[in-house]
Amino acid sequence: MSVASSNERPWWFEPLSIVVVLSGFSIYAIWAALQGQGAYHNYLSPFFSPKLASPFSWFSPAFLILWVPLGFRATCYYYRKAYYRSFFWDPPACARPELRGEKYSGETKFPFIINNLHRYFFLLATIVLAFLWYDAILAFFFKDGSGNAHFGAALGSLIFLINVVLLSLYSFSCHSLRHIIGGKMDCFTCSLAGGARHKTWGWVSILNERHPLWAWLSLFSVLSVDIYIRLLQAGLIQDVRFF
Amino acid sequence: MAEIALKIFRGDASGGAEKEYRVEATPGMVVLDAVLRVQATQASDLAVRWNCKAAHCGSCSAEVNGKPRLMCKTRTDEFQGKEIHVGPMRAFKLIKDLVTDVSFNYKTARMIPAFTPPAGEKAPFTMYEKDVERLYEYHKCIECFLCQNVCHVIRDHKAPFFGPRQLVRIASLEMHPKDTLDRAQFLKDTALIGYCNITKCCTEVCPEHIHITDNAIIPLKERVVDEFYDPVQWIWRKIMGRNSNGG
Amino acid sequence: MSVEKYEVHEHDVIIIGAGGAGLRAAIEASALGCSVGLICKSLLGKAHTVMAEGGVAAALANVDPQDGWQVHFGDTMRGGQFINNYRMAELHAKESPARVYELEEWGALFDRTPDGKIMQRPFGAHTYRRLCHVGDRTGLEMIRTLQDKTVASGVEVYMETTLTRLLKDGNRIAGAFGYVRETGRFVLFKAKAVVLATGGWGKVFKVSSNSWECTGDGVMMAYDAGAELIDMEMVQFHPTGMVWPPGVRGILVTEGVRGEGGILKNNKGERFMERYDPKKLDLSSRDVVARAIYTEVQEGRGSEHGGAYLDITHRGPEYIKKKLPSMHEQFLKLADVDITKQPMEVAPTIHYAMGGVRVEPETSASTVSGLFAAGEVAGGLHGANRLGGNSLSDLLVFGRRAGEGAAKYVKSLNNPLKIDEAQIESEKKLLLRPFNESGTENPYQIHEELQNAMQEGAGLARTTESLEKALKKILELQQRAQQTRVPGSRLYNPGWHTARDIVFMLTVSEAIVRCAIERKESRGAHWRKDFLSKDETWGKQNLVTYKDTSGAMKIKMMPTPQMPAELAQLFQQEPVVTAKK
Ligand code: SF4
Ligand code: SF4
Ligand code: FES
Ligand code: FES
Repeated sequence: MSVASSNERPWWFEPLSIVVVLSGFSIYAIWAALQGQGAYHNYLSPFFSPKLASPFSWFSPAFLILWVPLGFRATCYYYRKAYYRSFFWDPPACARPELRGEKYSGETKFPFIINNLHRYFFLLATIVLAFLWYDAILAFFFKDGSGNAHFGAALGSLIFLINVVLLSLYSFSCHSLRHIIGGKMDCFTCSLAGGARHKTWGWVSILNERHPLWAWLSLFSVLSVDIYIRLLQAGLIQDVRFF
Repeated sequence: MAEIALKIFRGDASGGAEKEYRVEATPGMVVLDAVLRVQATQASDLAVRWNCKAAHCGSCSAEVNGKPRLMCKTRTDEFQGKEIHVGPMRAFKLIKDLVTDVSFNYKTARMIPAFTPPAGEKAPFTMYEKDVERLYEYHKCIECFLCQNVCHVIRDHKAPFFGPRQLVRIASLEMHPKDTLDRAQFLKDTALIGYCNITKCCTEVCPEHIHITDNAIIPLKERVVDEFYDPVQWIWRKIMGRNSNGG
Repeated sequence: MSVEKYEVHEHDVIIIGAGGAGLRAAIEASALGCSVGLICKSLLGKAHTVMAEGGVAAALANVDPQDGWQVHFGDTMRGGQFINNYRMAELHAKESPARVYELEEWGALFDRTPDGKIMQRPFGAHTYRRLCHVGDRTGLEMIRTLQDKTVASGVEVYMETTLTRLLKDGNRIAGAFGYVRETGRFVLFKAKAVVLATGGWGKVFKVSSNSWECTGDGVMMAYDAGAELIDMEMVQFHPTGMVWPPGVRGILVTEGVRGEGGILKNNKGERFMERYDPKKLDLSSRDVVARAIYTEVQEGRGSEHGGAYLDITHRGPEYIKKKLPSMHEQFLKLADVDITKQPMEVAPTIHYAMGGVRVEPETSASTVSGLFAAGEVAGGLHGANRLGGNSLSDLLVFGRRAGEGAAKYVKSLNNPLKIDEAQIESEKKLLLRPFNESGTENPYQIHEELQNAMQEGAGLARTTESLEKALKKILELQQRAQQTRVPGSRLYNPGWHTARDIVFMLTVSEAIVRCAIERKESRGAHWRKDFLSKDETWGKQNLVTYKDTSGAMKIKMMPTPQMPAELAQLFQQEPVVTAKK
C-alpha cells in the first residue's frame, strides 16, 4: 500500500479490489440475513448472534443485530479510508486527480459527520463481541445422543475460535478505544492509574498499527464461519471432529 | 559510464514544459545530484530548492515520476535506466521550474496558538519519557510539505484546510504534558480537521515515516469528538459545568 | 538600469540569517521592544542548524553531578588551544544551561533521564557527559522551537531574500541591500542595527558538510563594511563525513555515533585512536581525530574508498535505531549500508569556521557601530578548534546577547540615519554584472575550481607551498569572476545568485589562505606540515583580517586577551601555553 508498491500495480487496482470485496460482502450479508436463520447444532452464525426473536415472521432477526457490526465497520477509521477512496474517489489514489466536481466538505457535513459517533458503535460492537465469545465457547461443546454436552473440538469449533480472536483483535485495535484508554491524556504520570493506562495504551497502539489487517481478516473470518455453517446445513460438507 | 536521462519541468507561472537533459551517472547518485549537475553544466538558471542533501531539511521536495518525493533521498538507480521525470509539487502555485510558492504553510503555522506552559512554571521541567515519547514522532517533521502537496483536500479541492503538517504540529502541542491550551475549537473551526477524510496519502509520502493519520490526525479527531460530537460528554458537561476535559 | 525601483522595508533591527543564532537574536530583540525583521536566504527553518545532530553542550550536571561551568570552560579553552577569547568562553559556559532550559519553556523536547530530566551524552573532549540531545536530530528540535517562538513573537520574516551589502551612514550601519530570490527584484532594508547570523563558509571547500548557503556572504559583508575578522585560518574538519558513494561525500556523520560508543578502525581492524590519543580514544577532540584518520589513509591503512571504518554494530539494532535513527536511515538509503550490521566508512569533511567577525564578548558588537554578529559568523569563542556541541550552545548564548546588544544600541541612537544611494548603486552594478553581454565565465565552473584549489592547498594538511599555490589560484579566479555571464532572467535564477556568491567566496578564501600562511605553527585545526609544533609566541596571538582604505586585504597580529587570575588558576595543573609538542 506504500507509494513504492502501488508503483508496480496500476493505481486503480486497490480501489477496484476494495469495491469488489466490500460489495460482495454486503450482498452476501444481506442474502444470509434473509435466510432467517443460521444455526447448525452447537454452531451459531455470527450474523445471528446474539439470538433474538424477531417480532414478525417475515423479518429476519439478523437485521436486529446486523446494524451494529455494520455500523461499527462503516464508521471505522480504516474502512472510512477504504470507501472514501474506492467508492467516492476522494481521492481514488494518492497524487491522482479526483473526478468528482462537487464541493467537498469532508466529514464536516451529513452524512459523514455521523462517523464521529464511532466510539458508540465500538461500545455496542463490544457487547456483541461478548456474545460471539460465548458462541465460540459453545462451539467446543457437542451434544451426544442423550443430549449431554461434552467438551470437544472440530474444524468448525476451530473456525469459530479463529473468527472471534480476529474480531477481538479488530475491536481492540480500534482508534476510539486507543483514545479512551490513553490517547486523550496529556500526561500519564500526572493521572490516576496513569502507569496502567500507559501500558494498556501501548498494547492497543501496537495492535492498532495492524488495524487494517485485522479489519480484513476478521471480515473474511466472519464470512467463512457463516459459509461453513451453511455448507454443513446443506449437507455439502461434513464437520471434521478432532476429539 | 552510463548516462541518465532526466526530463525536468522548466517554466514559470505563465506556463512551461518538460525538457530533456542527460548527465553522467555516478554510483549511488540521487535525483538531486543529477538535477544539480544539470544546473552546474547545462542550465545555470534551473530553479531548485535544496540545502542539506541528506534528507534532514525538507527543502528538495518535488514530484519524481508523479510521486511526491525528496530528491536527495531518491536514488536514480531505482528507476533502472527508465526515464526520470522531475516536476514541481503540484498543489502549490508554481514560481519557476521546481520551485513553488509554499507560503500558505507558513501563514497557517503563524495562526496556531503557540505552546503555553503553566504561567509561572519555570524550566527545568520534570517530564518523563512515558509522557513525551509519542511527541518525538511529531517533532521529527522536517517541513518538506510533501504531505500538504499530496493531500487531496489541498491539492484538488483547494479548501482552506490546514493540512497534515499543521495537524502534526498541533498534535505535538496538544499532547505536550506541559501545555495548557485546548485547541479543539481551533481544530474544528479554523484548522478544519473535519475536511480530512483520513485517506492516508500524507502518511504514504512522509519521508520521516511519521504516522500522520494514525498517530496525529485521528487522535486529534477523537479529541474534537470529545468536545463537540459526543452527546454523552456534552450532557455531562452541561451538568458538571465546563472544563471536565483533559485538553 | 539605475532607474529601477526597489522594495523598501524599515525595522529597528534586522537580523540576517535564520539559523539558531539569528532566531535567538530575533526573539531577544523583539522581547526588548524593537521592531525586528528577520531575513533568510532559504525558507524559514531550513538553515544549516538543522544539520546539527549530536547535541547542545551545557553543564547541567544531570547525569554527571561533578560537571559545572568551570569544567565546561576549561574544556572549551583547552579544545581551542588557548587562543580563544576567554571571556566569550566564560560567558558561554556560564549561560548555556539557562539557554537550554529556556528552550524547554518554549516547547523543545530533549531525551529524558529516568528521573525526568534532560538526558546528556558524552562527546569529544568534553570531560563529562554534557550534550543535551534528542536522538540525532537536536538541531532540528532547536530550530523548530526557535522558529515557532520567533513567529509567535511577531517578528517579520523575509524568506528567500539575499542581502549582499551593508549600508553605512558615516561610521554607522544604516541598513542592508540585496535581492528577493523569487523575483530577482532589489530590496532595501533600513535599520538602525544589523545582526549578522549568516553562518559559515564551508562551501569554499570541495568536501564539505555545508549547504549551498554557507558561502561566507555574511562575514564578507562585514569585512566590506570595515569590520575586523579574527582567526580566519581556523577551519574545522569534522573527522567523520560520509565517503561513499561520491554524491554524498562530505555529508556529516554525527559525532553522536562515537558518543554512543562507535569505534574507529583502519583496514587492518586496529583501533588506531589508541595510538593518537590513548586517553580519550575515539572521543578525542575533532582536530586530533581528523588528523588521525588522514594519517591512517596516507600511510595506506585506509578503508576501501579512502577513509576509516566507524563501527557501532556492537550496540545492537534496537539501541542504534533509537539513538541514531537519522544516521541509520541516511546510510541505508544513500549508501546501502545497514549500520546495525556493517561499519560505516568515514573521512574528514569541512564542517565549521572557528574564525569570523571579531566581536565584543558581552554584546557581540563588531568593530563597526551598529553591526553585531553571532553564531558561526562570529569568531573568538572556539579558538583553534571547536568542541562538538559547543556550536549549538554558542548560537543560543551569543544569539541572545547579540539581540540584546542590538536592542540596547538602537535605544541609544538619537540621530536619524541616512541611506547613501551611491552605495546602493555600486552594489546594483556588481549584482547585475553577470548579465553583461561581454562575460564568458560560468560561475559554477569558477566555484568548482575554487573548491578544488582550497581543498588541495588549504585543507587539512597545509604547507607554505600548498597555500601559496592556492592563493595564486584564488587571485586568478578573482579576475575571472569579474567576467561571469549567466543566462535567463532574474526570476529565481541560481546561476545569477552564484555569480555574486563566488565573489564572497573568493574573498573569504583569500582571507583563510593569507592567515594560514601567516601562522607558522600547528595549532588545533591549523596543521602546517612545515611547522609541525606549537609555538609559544603564536599561542598568544590572534590574526586579524581587515580591509584597508585602499580596499586591500590586510592581516595583523593581535595579542590574545589574557585570563584574569581566578580563571587562569583553573589551568594551574598544566602549562597553559606550552602544551606538549
Ligand atoms: S489523511 Fe487527511 S490530511 Fe492526510 S492526505 Fe488524507 S485527507 Fe489529507
Ligand atoms: S509530516 Fe512528514 S511529509 Fe509532512 S511536512 Fe512533515 S516530514 Fe514532510
Ligand atoms: S477505528 Fe476501526 S474499529 Fe474503530
Ligand atoms: S536537501 Fe534537505 S531534504 Fe533534500
